[in-house]
Amino acid sequence: MKFTREILINTVLAALLLAMPFAALAMDEPFYVTLATRMAILALAAVGLNLALGLGGLVSFGHAAFFGIGGYAAGILSTHALNMQPLLTWPFEIESSEQMLVAWFVAVAVSGPVALAIGAISLRTSGVYFIMITLAFAQMIYYFAISWPAYGGEDGLSIAMRGTFPGVNTAVPLSFFLICYGVLMVALLLFACVRASRFGAALQAARQNETRLAAVGIGPFPVRLVAFVISAMVAALAGSLYADLNRFASPSMLSWQMSGELIVLIILGGTGRLFGPVAGAMLFVLIESVLGGLTERWQLFLGLILLGVVLFARGGLIGLVAGKSRHG
Amino acid sequence: MSSALLIEQILNGLQFGVMLFLMAAGLTLIFGVMGLINLAHGSFYMVGAFACAAVAAATGSFWLGLAASLAAAAAAGAIVELLVVRRLYDRDHLDQVLATFALILIFSEGTRWLFGSFPLYLDIPPVLSGAVDLPGGARYQLYRLAIIGVGILVAVGLYLLISKTRLGMQIRAGQSDREMIGALGVDIRTLYTVVFALGAALAGLAGALVGALQSVQVGMGEPVLILAFVVIVIGGIGSIKGALVGAILVGLVDTLGRFLLPKAFALAMGASQGATVGAALASMLIYIVMALILAFRPQGLFAANS
Repeated sequence: MKFTREILINTVLAALLLAMPFAALAMDEPFYVTLATRMAILALAAVGLNLALGLGGLVSFGHAAFFGIGGYAAGILSTHALNMQPLLTWPFEIESSEQMLVAWFVAVAVSGPVALAIGAISLRTSGVYFIMITLAFAQMIYYFAISWPAYGGEDGLSIAMRGTFPGVNTAVPLSFFLICYGVLMVALLLFACVRASRFGAALQAARQNETRLAAVGIGPFPVRLVAFVISAMVAALAGSLYADLNRFASPSMLSWQMSGELIVLIILGGTGRLFGPVAGAMLFVLIESVLGGLTERWQLFLGLILLGVVLFARGGLIGLVAGKSRHG
Repeated sequence: MSSALLIEQILNGLQFGVMLFLMAAGLTLIFGVMGLINLAHGSFYMVGAFACAAVAAATGSFWLGLAASLAAAAAAGAIVELLVVRRLYDRDHLDQVLATFALILIFSEGTRWLFGSFPLYLDIPPVLSGAVDLPGGARYQLYRLAIIGVGILVAVGLYLLISKTRLGMQIRAGQSDREMIGALGVDIRTLYTVVFALGAALAGLAGALVGALQSVQVGMGEPVLILAFVVIVIGGIGSIKGALVGAILVGLVDTLGRFLLPKAFALAMGASQGATVGAALASMLIYIVMALILAFRPQGLFAANS
């Protein structure tokens, strides 16, 4: 592999994110460990969305639905485990578990079929229709969550105990960060493999020229649908970690603002770039905490920065530093 | 369940639908003519409501407030078009979504800065307060009937504007071929600004009218915006007729669903559990209707550019 400037930047970003919590502990500022964990988790969710949006050109404005499903999976499992209730009693009994790995599995297993259904309907359309329909489906799940009282309704769902992980004490912030960081790296590897695979080539071709792809005998619809489902599963995994981090599954994880933020992360970092979501998430959390510390009106300035990036810096952070990507 | 109650709910659904139409008409016009997806449309709704509440509180006149809401929303629309949106017409939808998402943040935070975090209240004008008797023994709030009337007037007005006037002719020409009408000497940039301000003014009007029924607060526009998206997706993007049909459909289905479904499920499953299931299902009902319509007609009911 050729050693390009982008690879250098990616390595630096990965090292920076990893070093941040250690530096924070050395300086006795444990709050920044949480901040770094937040960066890693949001980056993970955005890596998922980047698969659909960056590679496939599918502007999903509804990925909060999957993020939130992951969050509620962690919350519901934890609640059931705490009350010693089985998760399901019909058609067969399933015990609940406080294992984080089980929550991840449930998050992925539930979000996959939901994404398959949403994708199958939404991908019949394209362009603006697709944006609005994914948004509408996410709203549907949001309203379902707040009007269904069994799991907290509008109040959300507290998680009394963070999920457990074999051999690790997840209550220690640094250990939890390392788990999230590890998952993020695996997801980035997955993204790189998908991008380099035949499937990834077809997905990018579907974005660039649908007709040509069809002419070589590959239907764009199934390719996009699979990408949408994988992308949703990664977002759900991130959601489950996010709920564990805050020890709270909140309906706001399902809200349209969350979907917007995930897109913002990708654009800030650089659409379709491997480490774009990581750069974007680091920048976003940094802006949020720095501006949030300076002024109560930080969202106003976030809006102005975002507007500036869209109007004047189209490649995002990675594009600004590493130059244009080689493949459009 | 009495028929009076049912009539009241149907009228509520119509009023809700008419309000959605005011939002959706602007959105669909802007998309149809300029090809722009505008997330900040909900902000104009909020601007209209705040302008009306503030001016009505200062002068004591609801009607001055209503005029102010139209002026403020149209001005906000024109400024946004000139400064930001103009640069987005030839960008892809992703850039449009992001830039207008940024505008939402700016508008919401700016309004909070100006007016504080507490909601404002707007009183129904004295002429329209009180209720009227309907045939069948129902009584209904006069103000809500007036909103339905305004919506019908706007629908007729828009129809006349688009089908009978010179501006309407240019709008229709802009929908079918943007480059061509520019080549024929129509000042396309001014036309875009006018259409955008017109759409914003309609949203502002909706905000002001609804402001007297609900509290006026930051963030009031976005839930309505998303419903307006559902409306234009159902109706077909770019079609005013589609927006009208879609809005009435969504208004009626949502209101009647929330009213009837809990009762229906309560009969089938017992009072408390049935009401819960019914309420949860009712909150998802319009999205289910949308999914069904799209499964059969992916371009909506009245697709304009197909």
